[in-house]
Amino acid sequence: MNTSTPPTIEVAGLTKTYGEVEAVRGVSFTVARGEVFGFLGPNGAGKSTTINMLCTLARPTSGTARVSGFDVAGERDDVRRHIGLVFQDQTLDGYLTAEQNLRLHAELYGIDPGVIGARMDQMLEMVDLADRRDGKVMTFSGGMRRRLEIARGLMHSPRVLFLDEPTIGLDPQTRSSIWRYIRALQETEGTTIFMTTHYMDEAEFCDRIAIIDRGEIVVLDTPAALKASVGADRVTLGTADDAAALAALRDRFGIEAAMAEGAVTFHVDAGEAFVPRLFAELGVAITSVAVSRPTLDDVFMRYTGSTIRDAETASASDLSRATMRVLSGARR
Amino acid sequence: MRIVWRRDLIRFTTDRMRIAMMLIQPLLFLFVLGAGLQTLAAASTDGVDLKTFIFPGILCMALVFSAMFNAISLVMDREFGFLREMLVAPVRRSSIVVGKCLGGATVASLQGVILLALAGFVDVPYDPVLLLGLFGLQLLIAFTVTAFGVMVAVRIKQIQTFTTVMQMLVMPLFFLSGALYPVSGLPTWLEVLTRLNPLTYAVDPMRRLVFNHLDISEAARRALDPGVTWFGWRVPTLLEVGIVLALGLAMMAVAISQFTRTE
Repeated sequence: MNTSTPPTIEVAGLTKTYGEVEAVRGVSFTVARGEVFGFLGPNGAGKSTTINMLCTLARPTSGTARVSGFDVAGERDDVRRHIGLVFQDQTLDGYLTAEQNLRLHAELYGIDPGVIGARMDQMLEMVDLADRRDGKVMTFSGGMRRRLEIARGLMHSPRVLFLDEPTIGLDPQTRSSIWRYIRALQETEGTTIFMTTHYMDEAEFCDRIAIIDRGEIVVLDTPAALKASVGADRVTLGTADDAAALAALRDRFGIEAAMAEGAVTFHVDAGEAFVPRLFAELGVAITSVAVSRPTLDDVFMRYTGSTIRDAETASASDLSRATMRVLSGARR
Repeated sequence: MRIVWRRDLIRFTTDRMRIAMMLIQPLLFLFVLGAGLQTLAAASTDGVDLKTFIFPGILCMALVFSAMFNAISLVMDREFGFLREMLVAPVRRSSIVVGKCLGGATVASLQGVILLALAGFVDVPYDPVLLLGLFGLQLLIAFTVTAFGVMVAVRIKQIQTFTTVMQMLVMPLFFLSGALYPVSGLPTWLEVLTRLNPLTYAVDPMRRLVFNHLDISEAARRALDPGVTWFGWRVPTLLEVGIVLALGLAMMAVAISQFTRTE
């Protein structure tokens, strides 16, 4: 990225603990101006806590973070003026119309009344809600609300737009249109985008991704570089005896395979050429086989040792993490 | 601050159902209870209609309900997430609380105006000075009650809890306020309780104002508008108003300090 201009977001050694639980354990990164930066990780990995600290909604336990040049702990109002937010849970007033919601926001942020009208038109146009401007928000669908929230978050022309799981629970069509807005925004307004997601396919749209797991950043790079770092193809096997298959792979091929989503999974160069050898030499009945090029799923697996869905299943049963989510929820 | 205030107003004006519903209870008390008990009370009111007597009390009750209802919206905002939008805006938390209190005061008073319009039906004259005075008192009382409601609402996370707490507080406040009976010649325990109830000091100036504009006998006046006394000393109207205002400001200050502290 361009290193001559100062970074829009600068984070150093940021931590947050709730009682005994370390939700975020010392993350450091920078985001350049105009970048689309993705925070990727399973639920409970510390994504929302980090975003809350950057948005001045939670105070860091230690470490520093500067957003648009302002310190999130010491210069809260300056930070707030320069950021836009779209939360995981919707925060619109359902009793007001779309336009009233935007106007309220504009006034909260002290936008010059003379320009509110024009800005509102522009934003509603962008998210295709111009024809519904007088509709009460409680009559809107989930996708429309999310679009309106994005429009609202942009009313005051923020330098950084924070999106916490912006596409969660939306249908694929709405998801792709939301991505279209995000891209358009970056091009027309030069807005820096910081977003969290746990959809792997969406992370591909980001300029750079940080994978966060158990409160720490495990890797940070462009999607292409991350995929290249995995290199090998992924082979997924269904077998009659998974344990025997794992042992056989280790003994005969020197491959450390793992169980992921109920199937024997490993990475190997030139996967298609490897499969015939596998059938010939494994010695365990194979019921199915799939070979795929590396995706961000593989990147995630490579760096965290599990797929994002497995990580979520594991974390859901992990009591201390559940407690952490409850705690962070209660502190909103 | 102005924004929070305006939002309450917009929501109020678009919610006609609420305006109508909030009127039912005071009207029941005034016309049904008032008319029903009139037969019992006729002997002791020296010719003054019971409805006229309880009118100021009912005005206060309507204000309390409607102002409390407005404070609920703070809890609703928390539950439905809108509060977060306000919390992350570059505005001081105190202005959110002040805006909320003023918004509640305005909305409740507007509702009170509808009741004021019914003054003629209970033999209270449409005197501009009287009506203006009553409206001013309404604003004050509504402000204090909203401040109280907001103070409670800041600590509460769920709507059910809030409505339960309100039910628990509002009815005793109402019954112990002299809204429905004169506050002199009561059993000692009741007299003490009414003097401790802030709402007493809201009802009394209202009633005094109404009675100042009525053409009734001296005896009736003494019986029905005895004023609030502390150990035999009659508390002046201005002090009563001052008590209500001071309480409102104090509770708003508490609400602000609590609201600012929550992360």
